[in-house]
Amino acid sequence: MNKIKLLFFATIRDRAGTKQMDLEIPDNLTIQELKDKLSSDYPKMAQSMKSVLMTINREYAFDEQIVPQNAEIGMFPPVSGG
Amino acid sequence: MIDELSHEQILRYSRHLLMPEVGLSGQIKLKNSSALVIGTGGLGSPVALYLAAAGVGRLGLVDYDTVDSSNLQRQVIHGTSTVGKLKVESASDRLKDLNPDIRIDVYNEPYTSENAMRIAKEYDVIVDGTDNFPTRYLTNDVCVMLGKPNIYGSIFRFDGQVSVFYAKEGPCYRCLFPEPPPPGLVPSCAEGGVLGVLPGTIGTLQATEAIKVLLGIGQPLIGKLLLYNALDMSFDFVKLKKNPNCRVCGPNADIKELIDYEEFCGVPGHHADDTSAGANWDITALDLKERLALTPNLILLDVREPHELEIAAIEGAKNIPLGEVAQRMSELDSAEEMIVFCKRGSRSARAIEILASAGFKKMKNLKGGINAWAEEVDTSLPLY
Repeated sequence: MNKIKLLFFATIRDRAGTKQMDLEIPDNLTIQELKDKLSSDYPKMAQSMKSVLMTINREYAFDEQIVPQNAEIGMFPPVSGG
Repeated sequence: MIDELSHEQILRYSRHLLMPEVGLSGQIKLKNSSALVIGTGGLGSPVALYLAAAGVGRLGLVDYDTVDSSNLQRQVIHGTSTVGKLKVESASDRLKDLNPDIRIDVYNEPYTSENAMRIAKEYDVIVDGTDNFPTRYLTNDVCVMLGKPNIYGSIFRFDGQVSVFYAKEGPCYRCLFPEPPPPGLVPSCAEGGVLGVLPGTIGTLQATEAIKVLLGIGQPLIGKLLLYNALDMSFDFVKLKKNPNCRVCGPNADIKELIDYEEFCGVPGHHADDTSAGANWDITALDLKERLALTPNLILLDVREPHELEIAAIEGAKNIPLGEVAQRMSELDSAEEMIVFCKRGSRSARAIEILASAGFKKMKNLKGGINAWAEEVDTSLPLY
């Protein structure tokens, strides 16, 4: 298993009800698989997974990237206010 | 090209001229440069004020709205004396007072696929101070197609994002967010609220980036996204990458000209009536007043957040915040007619969508929300 830290921002923070969360996930999960897992485990966050910017250790992550061991995953939803 | 500064201008810009990074040649560069500020709201206010003060020679302002007193908590370019005036006029008057030397062009029109290229091509940098997704995608695509830097800023409650999207050198907005969020998922400032000083922070960062890009100094936020949270007072930086599958700046881009951005985002951008659930569902405040006179025990469902009830409430209404409607609909009786309302009608319209998909039929959306009720029926209630 892979112990990761999730950081939530803006609207996702509101939906998750917390700023951060430690999570154990299977090894070699991709970013897309992580998003799918979060959607099914936390239905309130499901809609946000469609357009969220994901980062691995503060770098932009594409959906097909593998989540490395002990990664810090940031989740930044688009916001539109001005 | 005007390659000289007058004595008055030398005095005005002396604090710039003292720094070698700007100096006389940099100040002349600013004088000969131009910036388009899209939106003269929370972000556009500090952006336009600082670019004008800095001596950027030509500023374009795009907005089609008028100043409302609820804008003044954050839109500092406007004032109490300009409430009701066109925003571009109000802003332009303030900027002319701040710096009479610069040229200001106002575009009192919505920024759309029809006029965007024509307006933007005149300017060296484009500053995105808009307040909706369709216009943000439009602004991005225009900048990619014209090869201009997009000085991006966006806000939500206590969170802000800043970047410089310059597709020649780095990723664009679509690289980060290929798909817009589902309609209604991200509340606007009008619905979700915003800390008044937040656009001040984010807008001044955008102005800083615009000035750096125009001068060609420092490291602009190309390929980096700055994420600010006012509550934590945290500044996070994320390294960005160009998305090889980007539909507008990638090698196989298929978006070669501007598209219908409202359709793309599934939401109306400009002068759209987002306070309506559709003619079949809507009821006006005055009609509701008549209905209540005939049926005093008509069920009223208030889908605002609990803390909003302290500002204004309609007596006897049941409160289930929009976010809980799906989970708590068992508390409602689909056989009874129900009037759903919120602040201005858009959250209640979404609540009606949720309830309708669960089989509720006897519902009406209070058009314009409790604000319309306060304006037309119970004037003892405040507007907010």
